[in-house]
Amino acid sequence: MKRTVITVVGKDTVGIIAKVCTYLANNNVNILDISQTIVQGFFNMMMIVDMSAAGKDFELLVEELEKLGAEIGVIIRAQREDIFDKMHRI
Amino acid sequence: MINMNEVIETNKMIEQENLDVRTITLGISLLDCADPNLDELNRKIYNKITTIAKNLVTVGNKIQKEYGIPVVNKRISVTPISLVGASACKTPEDYVTIAKTLDHAATVVGVNFIGGYSALVSKAMTTSDELLIKSIPLALSQTERVCSSVNVGSTKTGIDMNAVRLLGEIILETAERTKERDSIGCAKLVVFCNAPDDNPFMAGAFHGVTEGDAVINVGVSGPGVVKKALESVRDADFEVLCETIKKTAFKITRVGQLVAQEASRMLGIPFGIIDLSLAPTPAVGDSVAEILEEIGLERVGAPGTTAALALLNDQVKKGGVMASSYVGGLSGAFIPVSEDQEMINSVEVGALTLEKLEAMTCVCSVGLDMIAIPGDTKASTISGIIADEMAIGMINQKTTAVRIIPVIGKGVGERVEFGGLLGYAPVMSVNPFGCDSFIGRGGRIPAPIHSFKN
Repeated sequence: MKRTVITVVGKDTVGIIAKVCTYLANNNVNILDISQTIVQGFFNMMMIVDMSAAGKDFELLVEELEKLGAEIGVIIRAQREDIFDKMHRI
Repeated sequence: MINMNEVIETNKMIEQENLDVRTITLGISLLDCADPNLDELNRKIYNKITTIAKNLVTVGNKIQKEYGIPVVNKRISVTPISLVGASACKTPEDYVTIAKTLDHAATVVGVNFIGGYSALVSKAMTTSDELLIKSIPLALSQTERVCSSVNVGSTKTGIDMNAVRLLGEIILETAERTKERDSIGCAKLVVFCNAPDDNPFMAGAFHGVTEGDAVINVGVSGPGVVKKALESVRDADFEVLCETIKKTAFKITRVGQLVAQEASRMLGIPFGIIDLSLAPTPAVGDSVAEILEEIGLERVGAPGTTAALALLNDQVKKGGVMASSYVGGLSGAFIPVSEDQEMINSVEVGALTLEKLEAMTCVCSVGLDMIAIPGDTKASTISGIIADEMAIGMINQKTTAVRIIPVIGKGVGERVEFGGLLGYAPVMSVNPFGCDSFIGRGGRIPAPIHSFKN
């Protein structure tokens, strides 16, 4: 299973988590872990998800999440977890 | 499990500190394309490159999307063309047809540079080596993406001074043939001592004869990341400073290793090496000179510069080596003038001179890189500059190189625009005293005593 890290950063507003989670549920993406904080009015969320059962191509999911972020007014990124693992774990 | 701070740290490096994969370079052996018929040779070269490299750009873009890290350049290096074309090419113009084929193949597969229009003449030139070298000015003025290099010396063989003399003239002729564009042809020509077979960085990349049929080499880069990390240890001693550079280099290199393995897997081509180099770009905050200034220099070129660069280069290697299973290429800090905004600034305020740059090349990777000099510089003086740099490489058992641009029609203090990654450069002054008789001697400089290790 290749895990993916989704990060959401931006100005806090109503329904950010709901919208992101709805999108993920609609695309059959399973959420494994969520952490979230608000620092000085800025919303920071990190999700670790499993996209292996998703019906769409990884690149398409990345683009659609970016688009969803633009609609909500936040920046959404989806990246393979390996890049963080490799950099921070020996 | 990865925590949020780690994710934020990585993404900050990418978004704010210019961490990127500078190049995925696909090395392709063209040895099996050799053919006595020139047309047939060109056809085989074209077919081999466009077949093996057809997915290179797509894969690079896919990796960029999946990991969220920019893969800036996708490039190709090939077997030195003087070997491949030896039986077919009877004139310099014959070699130019191969340059055009390489250019065309590069355009078709979508890479911005293709390296390997090269000759390896560290002891002496064969007839075909000499023909290729003589074709360089024409080849670089009639192509866009072809990069050329000539290895004129090594610790094992000494320095071929005949080639050094010839290259002084070739560099001037290349400058002349591309004078409408600020002599840009010379930005794509590197003269080496101890050239590595697996360097992924242009313009000096070629696919060495010791390599396999095809290989993926990756160059990572992040001068901005190192600079940012050093801002947090401004008043600390050298131990802390070195630790910080090492840890940062480790992190940067791990990303390169990951990208290289992914590219290798997706393309079905073996992974070769990671090049650990800190490679600057003209972008603000992507400068090696800024790191040196962060270490404590008022300006690059000030006393202390060579020592600061030596420690930076060494710590980058120490941190990087542990992060990758195979390290190679040039691996060190690059100090190109035109590609580093703070280097340009230092030249313009008079802090950095050609002589200081030469001293700096003793302790870092590569050498006199992307330096603009007056267009009326004599060929023998250019050869003298090359000979000095080659001697540093030969005696210190390291790679050194010269990529120098005599800008036709321009003098000291004027500015030259190369555009894009190549940046712009102020024309630097060259020592006015000559070395004609030295360069005119001919022959070669013998290998140094410490090369006899058997």
